[in-house]
Amino acid sequence: MNYLKSHPGLVILAAVLLVLPFTLPNAYAYDVAIRVAINASVVIGLNLLVGYTGQISLGHAGFFGVGAYASAILTSRWGWPPVAALAAAAAGTALLAWLVARPILKLKGHYLAMATLGLGIIISIVIVNETDWTGGPDGMAAGALSAFGAEVSGDRAWYWLTAGVLLVVTWLALNLIDSPAGRALQAIHGSEVASRVVGVDTTAFKVRVFVLSAALASVMGSLYAHYVGFLTPGVAGFFHSIELVTMVVVGGMASVYGCIFGAAILTMLPQLLSTLEGWETVAFGVILMATMIFLPRGLVPTLRARFGKGAP
Amino acid sequence: MSQFLQFLFSGVTVGATYALAALGFALIYNASGVINFAQGEFIMLGGMFAALFYQLGLPLPLAIVLAVAAAAVAGVLVEKLAIEPAGNAEVVSLIIITIGASLTIRGLVQVFMGKGTRSLPAFTGETPLAVLGATLLPQSLWAIGVTAIVVAVLAWFFGRTVMGKAMLATAYNKLAAQLVGINTRFILLLSFVLSAALGAVGGILIAPINYTSYDVGIMLGLKGFVAATLGGLGSGMGAVVGGLLLGIAESMTAGYVSSAYKDATPFVLILLILFFRPQGLFGKKGTDRV
Repeated sequence: MNYLKSHPGLVILAAVLLVLPFTLPNAYAYDVAIRVAINASVVIGLNLLVGYTGQISLGHAGFFGVGAYASAILTSRWGWPPVAALAAAAAGTALLAWLVARPILKLKGHYLAMATLGLGIIISIVIVNETDWTGGPDGMAAGALSAFGAEVSGDRAWYWLTAGVLLVVTWLALNLIDSPAGRALQAIHGSEVASRVVGVDTTAFKVRVFVLSAALASVMGSLYAHYVGFLTPGVAGFFHSIELVTMVVVGGMASVYGCIFGAAILTMLPQLLSTLEGWETVAFGVILMATMIFLPRGLVPTLRARFGKGAP
Repeated sequence: MSQFLQFLFSGVTVGATYALAALGFALIYNASGVINFAQGEFIMLGGMFAALFYQLGLPLPLAIVLAVAAAAVAGVLVEKLAIEPAGNAEVVSLIIITIGASLTIRGLVQVFMGKGTRSLPAFTGETPLAVLGATLLPQSLWAIGVTAIVVAVLAWFFGRTVMGKAMLATAYNKLAAQLVGINTRFILLLSFVLSAALGAVGGILIAPINYTSYDVGIMLGLKGFVAATLGGLGSGMGAVVGGLLLGIAESMTAGYVSSAYKDATPFVLILLILFFRPQGLFGKKGTDRV
């Protein structure tokens, strides 16, 4: 009961995730729900970097792509067990992120945007060109996810897995934000110089949150690879990076629950728009602009300000 | 040697387009602090409109002028409908707004002009000139020459005219510019018109060499952004040098290293440069106000 008081949002989220499968009419709806859960988990990690710490990344799909392709290559070409591949991919992505983090996070504003964008594009160009490994533009197959002899198969199993991951990620993110480290990250967003003055090791914190969000993106990429079973280079592409950042901003910067709304809206929107036959790109662009013009702070913070609820 | 010269020619030709795009980024960045991700679409619009008007039977010079004008109108629309209503939104929001604008433009072109590629004839024939064992397309001379003229005109505009100086003043300090009576909203609109026109000119110059289609704007725009950052955001000289440097680096990579990784060159280059000079080659080192 105490938990309901301290984390009402988390309890509501758990309840929604529990009830949701009974309302999903068909396999298509399950598929959308699973994709929303995967995207939302990536976006919660990205929001720690963009929304809370104030460091933009326009290349996060690159990390997602590294995870996805590493899992697919390690399991299908080298015969690794999927869980080991997932862990190795996450470790590799974390190492990559750690190596580039220091020089990249020294940059500010548009220069940081440029550097992260460049990193993402380099990754996606490598994936397109290394056809022997990745199948290039034609894509490559990824095997099923199995652990200890049990295979995750079918919509229901995937729903419970991804929904469970989403719940855990949400819980961890909320705890991180309330911890001293989380306060430090938010202080960096407020003013980097001021937080250094009060004794926050800003570089170390920025590097850690960057590595954390990259590793989380990699893990979700691995899960995604096993879920869809077939990868094309688009998963690591510039447009996917933009989609991820848009999910953060539409839902609301520095709002964990906003991420889930943002992911849900941005994942479902293209599906809804696909009936427009040719006009979907136009509609998507117009909706992006309109949302940012009329809800510049994103959905959840704007609504919260409107209805005056204080809880984070 | 002749091979090197060949790569240099093609690098400078593409670099001229990047330089024009980068100048467009710099103009808008100076006037508003916004990185306009729709800049690439202006390049695309230039090439596509010129090819369309030419196919409709208009003489080439008229088609070109109309295409630049059409792109400038698109620039006005983006500024009036997307940037101005956003007001003082956060940097990330503005980036997403310009990306929304870019998707809208690309989508409209796809709906009305189709997904196929279009081409524009070379301005003055296709017969290559032989220079020291390398061949040079007449169109390359056009690209280099027109870019040089555009840069010279811009230098005159910013150095000698009241309007140009008003733009520089706005870039330097918007509030102070308003206080001395400069209409900064008009300056913002003008910067969008100018950079759309610059982008379109670049797109038209390159269209006879590479084909053009509704989706060429993405990569060209991103590379223009790289060129602008490379030279230092907001620096006009930096944009031109950055653009040429980028074109040459890309063409050398394609020639001597790997043509598959040609498109990766700008991004590797910009990462390396930003690692050592976080404000670009000619950028001013900013100070933070706490």
